[in-house]
Amino acid sequence: MQAGDALPELRTTPDRYLTVRYAGASGDFNPIHIDEEFAKQVGLPGRILHGLWTMAQVARAQTQAGGGPHALKRLRVQFRGMGLPEQELTVTGVVHEVRDGVAVVHTVAEQGGTQIIRNAEAEIELPA
Amino acid sequence: MPLSTEAVGKRYDPLVYAVGREKIREYALAVGETEPLHLDVAAARRAGYADVVAPPMFAVVYSGPAMGPALFDPEVGLDFSLMVHGGQEFKWGPLVVAGDEISTTVSVVSIEERAGKGFYVFESASTNQDGDTVAVGTWTNIVRGI
Repeated sequence: MQAGDALPELRTTPDRYLTVRYAGASGDFNPIHIDEEFAKQVGLPGRILHGLWTMAQVARAQTQAGGGPHALKRLRVQFRGMGLPEQELTVTGVVHEVRDGVAVVHTVAEQGGTQIIRNAEAEIELPA
Repeated sequence: MPLSTEAVGKRYDPLVYAVGREKIREYALAVGETEPLHLDVAAARRAGYADVVAPPMFAVVYSGPAMGPALFDPEVGLDFSLMVHGGQEFKWGPLVVAGDEISTTVSVVSIEERAGKGFYVFESASTNQDGDTVAVGTWTNIVRGI
């Protein structure tokens, strides 16, 4: 991994019931993620993805590029806009610099042309 | 209404989370993991781990419950109806595996007003049963229209 290298792109489409499974798996049962009526009542287009599920997709792109879960040492993201079920999500990243055996990656998650995670930065430990 | 910053520096009692094999698998499947280390005990053991390995972002599962008392603390005064999760950071240490017991302590890092919004920043520090720091989380919640 060298500065300027692109990470392999990660593409995934959360299915209709993904937010329900993630709510159970994570313990985050905020109704904006699982109740269509409630979400609309508070002004959302419908149920939205958990930001931390989307962050987990960004993390997966890093661990796949780094060769396993051990390689990801740090990940910082900003959440923007909202993710929606049944729309493809794409995670991309570029190695910004390599120092002391660690690749610093600038990465984003995009859905339907909107960056829902932006200004994200990851540190991936490289094999010695 | 001016923000109350009285809670800055406040630290909450640690909360211990026992990491279960099936919880790791449930979480891994929900985030679309295909890495056998998270799903297959035999594969994890062949790789030298005692049991299935938690994906890094499983940190939200073991540290999340410890966030509750801070988020709901009246002294912090978060207005949930206007709150969004603005940002998140994790720094990771040694990997967590099924069977670990993770103790998480949460503190209030800062409460600030910027451009009519309230920025509430919390830190969670998680250690395993051997005393190793496995994850440090920085949670930024933004409250609109304060």
